[in-house]
Amino acid sequence: MNSDIGWSGLGISAALVAIALGISAWQRLGVERTLLWSSLRAAVQLVLVGVALHFILAPNRSLGWSWLWVGGMVVFASLTVWLRARDVPGVLPLALVAFSASLAVTLGVLLGLQVFPIDARTVVPLSGLIVGNSLAATVLVGRRVYEELRDKRPEVEARLALGQSAHDAAQPYVRSSIRSALIPQIETTKAVGIIFLPGAMTGLILAGADPLDAVRVQIAVMYVVLASVATTTSIVGLGVARRLFTSDHRAVQLTRKAD
Amino acid sequence: MDPRPLFEFEAVRVDGRTAAAPRLDAVSLTVPAHGITVVVGPSGAGKSTLLRVCNRLDVPDAGTVRLDGQDTATLDVLALRRRVGMVFQQPTPFPGTVRDNLQVAQPGLPDAEAAEILARCLLDPAFLDRPATELSGGEQQRVCLARTLATKPDVLLMDEPTSALDQPATLGLERLARRLADDDIPILWVSHDLAQMARIADHVIVLIGGRVAHVGEPATLTSTAPPAVRDFLGGAATAEERGEP
Repeated sequence: MNSDIGWSGLGISAALVAIALGISAWQRLGVERTLLWSSLRAAVQLVLVGVALHFILAPNRSLGWSWLWVGGMVVFASLTVWLRARDVPGVLPLALVAFSASLAVTLGVLLGLQVFPIDARTVVPLSGLIVGNSLAATVLVGRRVYEELRDKRPEVEARLALGQSAHDAAQPYVRSSIRSALIPQIETTKAVGIIFLPGAMTGLILAGADPLDAVRVQIAVMYVVLASVATTTSIVGLGVARRLFTSDHRAVQLTRKAD
Repeated sequence: MDPRPLFEFEAVRVDGRTAAAPRLDAVSLTVPAHGITVVVGPSGAGKSTLLRVCNRLDVPDAGTVRLDGQDTATLDVLALRRRVGMVFQQPTPFPGTVRDNLQVAQPGLPDAEAAEILARCLLDPAFLDRPATELSGGEQQRVCLARTLATKPDVLLMDEPTSALDQPATLGLERLARRLADDDIPILWVSHDLAQMARIADHVIVLIGGRVAHVGEPATLTSTAPPAVRDFLGGAATAEERGEP
């Protein structure tokens, strides 16, 4: 393929790291070590992934391997959410449910309606896009719902005291949290093509695909990301809110960590 | 004593963070169905907890709380909370206008009715369009009271409602409470301020260390109190002398 840069090409591109290193040394930024370490780490990680994908995507390989890969991705993403929002009660199982549900919905549409064929070459990268792009928003929503309901507890209790159900009392805070997690994604969707060329499209064009084909794939990808962000954030947002109330509509006592 | 009290507490215990120090312990008392009953006591005595078990924002770990003879644990909690309105220590205006605030309590509340409720709280109907969070503390607290009245409660719980207010706003809210009590909405009012108790109380419950230390009418409270309570109430006489010459 005309886009195969080969190992020698990769070596030459590594010279670009040397430019960054040179600038860091020249301006005494003191980031040479981390720069070198991150570049190496990224290369090793991606090569390992490449080897794994090479195995999974090999012709005639059982699709079971792809689904195993997707399952691993869901677990890894959920653990990441948990690590970044550890004080939020029940966030790990919620993230597992949210990522699984979002995959079921989006892959269900894309593969079920045969937008893409069911194949390791579609299942693995699409799942990666779906989970990867909803990760940050999921963390954000989990933390925000928790912090809003904790910090605005007097307001929430005033709502409960007016006879509102736990669900109704939490709703304004859950809604604003989900909105604030979704809006960056919507903004990105708006700016696409004008301000930046997104990854999937850039990759396809570099790999020699017709730009119009690349654009069609990219548009589908953007819609998928929007749907998956909306799904994961609403599941995590509503789920966290639920954990902060008792079944008889009382607010759970939350303690602020001394930090 | 009334034939039928408003609230009846029977051996109510509410556990604290540690089992060793319950927030309420063996509390048995009755709250009469008319007038203003003031709950006083030093801070940490369990006054707010006593109020919060009345509308089940807190639930007792032991014992029974009855409203009009019915065990509150058997009532629908959302309906109970609309019967038992509550105003909190800090004003808690919701974002939006005063109208929005009233409509949280009563969705679709018509303006005429909303204006009527505001009038009961001595607020002009023009307040309906004003952003609730931009009002003064005293106005916000009256909006919170109006919001609570919008659920048409049978009784009001007031949890130190004047602690964030200045003196004129405090006296204004007290007068308002008196009118509501005279209009037949009994009020259970928590206060740490003994001068305030002397101004508004028809009945007094003294809570010390999570237990009922004394119950009585304000006029004879000190003379009938046991020595430990008299020590606490000792502040009452001096505060009264200072505040009301």
